[in-house]
Amino acid sequence: MRPKALAIGCAALATAVVLSGCSGTASGGKTKLTIGLFGNFGYAELLKEYASTHPDIEIQDRTASYSDHHKNLAAHLATGNGAADIEAVDTGYVNQFKATPDKFVDLNTKGGDQLKDRWLAWKWEGSLSKDGKQIGYGTDVGGLAICYRRDLLQNAGLPADRDQVAALWPTWQDFMAAGKKFQEKAPEGVKWFDGGPTVLNAIVGQASVGYYDKSDKIVVGDNKEIKAGWDLVADGVQSGLSSKLLYSTPVWNTGFKQGQFATVTCPAWQMAKIKDQAGPEAAGKWDVTSVPGGGGNWGGSYLTVPKAGKNVDKAVELAAWLTAPEQQAKVFKSAGLLPSIPKLYDDPAIVDYKNPYFNDAPVGKLFTDAAKKLNPQYQGPKAGDIQTAIGNAMQRVEQGKQNGEDSWRQFVGDVQK
Amino acid sequence: MALIDKTARRHRWDTKFAPYGYVAPYFLIFGVFGLFPLLYTVWVSLQHRNLVESADAYFIWFSNYAQLFADPYFWNAMGNTLSLWLLTTVPQILFALGIAQLLNRKVRTRTLFRMGVILPNITSVAAVTIIFAQLFGRDFGLINWVLDLFGAGHIDWQAGTATSHIAIASMVVWRWTGYHALIFLASMQAIPSSLYEAATLDGANGRQQFWRITVPLLRPQIIFSTIIATTGNMRLLAEPLLFNPGAAAATGGSDRQFQTAALYLYEQGFSKWDFGYSSAIAVVLAIATIIVAGLGYLVTKRIRTE
Repeated sequence: MRPKALAIGCAALATAVVLSGCSGTASGGKTKLTIGLFGNFGYAELLKEYASTHPDIEIQDRTASYSDHHKNLAAHLATGNGAADIEAVDTGYVNQFKATPDKFVDLNTKGGDQLKDRWLAWKWEGSLSKDGKQIGYGTDVGGLAICYRRDLLQNAGLPADRDQVAALWPTWQDFMAAGKKFQEKAPEGVKWFDGGPTVLNAIVGQASVGYYDKSDKIVVGDNKEIKAGWDLVADGVQSGLSSKLLYSTPVWNTGFKQGQFATVTCPAWQMAKIKDQAGPEAAGKWDVTSVPGGGGNWGGSYLTVPKAGKNVDKAVELAAWLTAPEQQAKVFKSAGLLPSIPKLYDDPAIVDYKNPYFNDAPVGKLFTDAAKKLNPQYQGPKAGDIQTAIGNAMQRVEQGKQNGEDSWRQFVGDVQK
Repeated sequence: MALIDKTARRHRWDTKFAPYGYVAPYFLIFGVFGLFPLLYTVWVSLQHRNLVESADAYFIWFSNYAQLFADPYFWNAMGNTLSLWLLTTVPQILFALGIAQLLNRKVRTRTLFRMGVILPNITSVAAVTIIFAQLFGRDFGLINWVLDLFGAGHIDWQAGTATSHIAIASMVVWRWTGYHALIFLASMQAIPSSLYEAATLDGANGRQQFWRITVPLLRPQIIFSTIIATTGNMRLLAEPLLFNPGAAAATGGSDRQFQTAALYLYEQGFSKWDFGYSSAIAVVLAIATIIVAGLGYLVTKRIRTE
């Protein structure tokens, strides 16, 4: 009889271990909140601040790469297990996630409808499901600018002053023309822009219609505005203006360190990346000026609260706090992320802000001006996926695998499947 | 009397059923983690099913398979899988045989060497891939730097089909050769030395002894290694995925030039959220793996002494 008793005891013990392992939410009476992020949200200081004013809360942040983060989130939602209490979602993916709003807490039922007017109207609608459920609070918007290397432009005989640089490129055609001038005198291994896909994303972000029309039909194949941009970038690539580095990859990061390119398309969040990658030794070399064509948006994110979380109410509270005007203003100054709160665009603390890393560029004025001019573009369900496909397509041109026309045709065929 | 009778009955019961009890844990674990997921995958592959919203799923029976067999990107991925299978499995086995032969000699510090060959295998696959991706970097990679020294110029390893396959295969071969070498070494040590002594007396040189004695006697291990390597190499995912990190990682290159079947499954499942379709890929890939492993078995079975 004894072995049997022992076995039962073991089983009970094992069960107890498993159960306690699963329910480790509270440690020492504190509520533990996890927050899943990608890239740099500039939240490190804010999370400390929140924890110090909320002694009952312990916050753990985990950061993954852009694509890993969103793929993991999908997998976690599918299994109903493993998602953080708060999960960030990028503009490129928010439509895919809001198609299954029941996986998330409807923030409208948690006081979100009262906060609605904080945000840009299009930002609020961006994460609103078809049946009116709000799955996420907006964090930042991208806006658009161009970041450029003063020293490289100067050495190639181009102006370095940001107003004069802006005057070089009122349009993208001018931008490419300036690039050809730059390339004549550029040192070996230094190119005008980082990669075709980066430039193309900015042009797409400025178009009045993007990959989808408002009925969620994929229309990019007939979109003349985007095709014109494609032709222009493909021509720039074939003229040798591109470093042929795909954005947000390790080799692209190295490109900043090695100074392989003179310009890069700069949504506001790009500034944090440049600062992280180029490092302190490049401080003052980079500057920011306005984007050819004017206006446009690329990226920006939302904080969602998956329904499977154990501390939904406290997570909603934290998400609302992190996206509140005061916090967005702080993040703008610390990490450069452009607030999605229109009230802040006239706030002198924001408008007068100059970024010391970027040669004291008046990024406050630059990006709030851009944000005010911004004509929001409708994003369809798989915009992020199509963005990847068009990036691949442009890379095929860069790698010499296909010419612009063939690659475009393959891209259109791929996304319409 | 009654007591003895009871004990005897219990004894009989014990000998009859206890063996099943002893082997049950394996079958239970296999059932939960092996068989159930397998059958579940087949079940999902018959549905139109979104990864996140399983409530809206409905049966479409074999439509996923019909679509799959007409999908050029699937065949592209299968082609890449087979190419990588060849480029990884064959060198792995050949190098492992060579290394095992070298390690079988009486050299100083041979334990150190023997331990050393297994080291690549216990390093994390992600770390290995990230480092190899840097070695094969276009602009600042070590391999291009060396090629440059010899005036061979720069190679954009990721861009080409052949070059990307070579780069990925080298990661796999580097990681697994030592593992197979140790298996071969263990069996080599079991070959009686009298065979070699007799061969030497008959005038056979080292090369002849290796191909005529060692390799044929290692046949069971070579079959085992080929099958293990095949099942691993037919589902390469981490290497091609991390070779090209970033938002486009799941497509395996700008033109899917190194997208394996497992990576295509990952793309369909986790980028496009088409759970049914990706399950169909999984089922077909599993069947293909069995076929290819069978081919490997038939080839290696032919090894024999003349």
